[in-house]
Amino acid sequence: MRENDLILQTVSKVAVFIILTFGVYLFLAGHHHPGGGFIGGLTLSSAFVLLYLAFDVETINKGLPFDYKNVAALGVIIATLTGTGSLLFGSSFLSQTFAYFNLPIFGKTELATVMLFESGVALGVIGVVVTIIISISEDV
Amino acid sequence: MNNILVFPMIVPILAAMLLLFFRSNRSIQRWGSVGAMAAVFLISMWILQQVMRRGILRLDFGEWLPPFGITFVADIFAVLLVTVSSLVTVLCLVYAAFVKDEKRESFFLYPFSLLLAAGVNGSFLTGDLFNLFVCFEVMLLASYALMTLGGEKKQLTEGIKYMLINILSSWLFLLGIAYLYGTLGTLNMAHLSLRIAEAGQPPLLTTISILFLVVFSLKAGLVLYFWLPGSYSALPAAISALFAALLTKVGVYALFRTFTLLFYHEPSFTHTIIGYMAAATMIGGSIGALAHRDVRKIASYNVVIAIGFILVGLASYNEAGIQGSIYYLIHDIVIKGLLFLLVGTIVHLTGKSRFDEESGLIANYPLFGWLFFIMILSLGGIPPFSGFAGKLFIGEGAIGAGHYGLTAVAFLSSLFVLYSLLRVFLIMFWGESTIMSKNQVPLPIGTLAPLLALGILTTVLGLGMDVLSPYISEAADVLMNPDLYIKGALQNN
Repeated sequence: MRENDLILQTVSKVAVFIILTFGVYLFLAGHHHPGGGFIGGLTLSSAFVLLYLAFDVETINKGLPFDYKNVAALGVIIATLTGTGSLLFGSSFLSQTFAYFNLPIFGKTELATVMLFESGVALGVIGVVVTIIISISEDV
Repeated sequence: MNNILVFPMIVPILAAMLLLFFRSNRSIQRWGSVGAMAAVFLISMWILQQVMRRGILRLDFGEWLPPFGITFVADIFAVLLVTVSSLVTVLCLVYAAFVKDEKRESFFLYPFSLLLAAGVNGSFLTGDLFNLFVCFEVMLLASYALMTLGGEKKQLTEGIKYMLINILSSWLFLLGIAYLYGTLGTLNMAHLSLRIAEAGQPPLLTTISILFLVVFSLKAGLVLYFWLPGSYSALPAAISALFAALLTKVGVYALFRTFTLLFYHEPSFTHTIIGYMAAATMIGGSIGALAHRDVRKIASYNVVIAIGFILVGLASYNEAGIQGSIYYLIHDIVIKGLLFLLVGTIVHLTGKSRFDEESGLIANYPLFGWLFFIMILSLGGIPPFSGFAGKLFIGEGAIGAGHYGLTAVAFLSSLFVLYSLLRVFLIMFWGESTIMSKNQVPLPIGTLAPLLALGILTTVLGLGMDVLSPYISEAADVLMNPDLYIKGALQNN
């Protein structure tokens, strides 16, 4: 039995981009304002979950052929390894640093190493949330 | 800056995550996890030497100084436990690698075991109460997965109880942390200790300490052990050995930390309660161990008795008692690993779990039978095995503190331990062999090897008491003198 979900699908196609953009914004804002890897990751994964709801699992898996368990594992590995990266510079585990760079378009920009760590957190959150939702949907 | 301290926690995490990518390659799963834990064992041996030479080591995460940042504090007590539990984890994983339970292996048996080890090591090393909660949760989440892995009916019914009771106790733990932060405004354990000492532990703080006592008693199985025998006996051998060797010991460790470092000002109240609880645990455990005919249940009740016994040392709260408890904790991690692996192997070999349904196993598996006998002697505290030193010191401590009744209960419970397992040995291993030698299930040398290693370990620990004793007395010294811990954990180094 297929429901008529034309409206949901059409809206999702637009909404997913808005959610993804907002997720990336939250992720980047997190250094000084509310946001960060965890919240950004949650928002990003909500976009994926919306796609899975509006379309069916097979279609989305064709477009996004990831094993989300591996995405989560990759995220944890990135987060842990960036934490140990500071050991190479003789600092404590999880130490961070930042510097200002003059980038072509953005002008003077603050780049912080904590961003690398947070990207690991975001990937971990996306992987876990989507894995949970997909496993629940398989049960029914 | 002692970055090495974080490795016992992150090496297993990294290894677990890498293993997720090799789900289908079983030999990488098996030997990768064994290799990772062996590395952790070597690292912790090295840390142990460092701590012995340089005193308490501390690592400030991200260079945030205590009491504001999160710290790992390695005193001898913590590092000894990390070392022994890593070694026992290695041996349990080797056992699992040879048993080849492919159904569970393909559902991430090894990554979950590694995460469990990471949580356990983190709990031992952390110097911050909230971080202790986090590491507990890492360990518990992994244990929930291991508990239900395989999806047998008995596992699921026991798993639900296990999860509910642990979620409840985690909630109480969080509540206790909130109360403590609300009253004292810090969660760094050394800093907490300072502030509690300044305040002189008024009744309000003593009340909060009782909340922690309840929480850690639930985790350790002190009096509140009703969830333990059912859930531990529903598990396959390697996982149950991991659980029995590590999980309850983390609760015991937390009890020792809180009641020697934080809430040590009212021993006539708190430590007396712990004494009564220890006695009740030993009595209840002994009754359980004698009442059951299922060997796995008997083994689980033996875990309970040992918890009570270890806490007699804390209840006496003197140098000898604490030393005895540390000896006995180390011994118990080794011997409970061995006991559960042996019991799991019996069930695997005979397909039966009641001890009166089988006899004469020693004719079929002579070495295995004698290992079981050595394990009983060690568990009963017969010299020269490793249980002896702990029993001796705990007894000395309890008598020194004037707890004569508690001493009597403790040593009677040892007799019950001996009796409950000797009964199993006499009936299952002696007598007429019921298995024809051509029908017997083969016992591969690979699965026997970790059992043998644990058997040798308990003997060596018993004989090598002289090598171990400087570490133990140093560890007990730090536990009995909170100032040493505070100095190590707060001073700039």
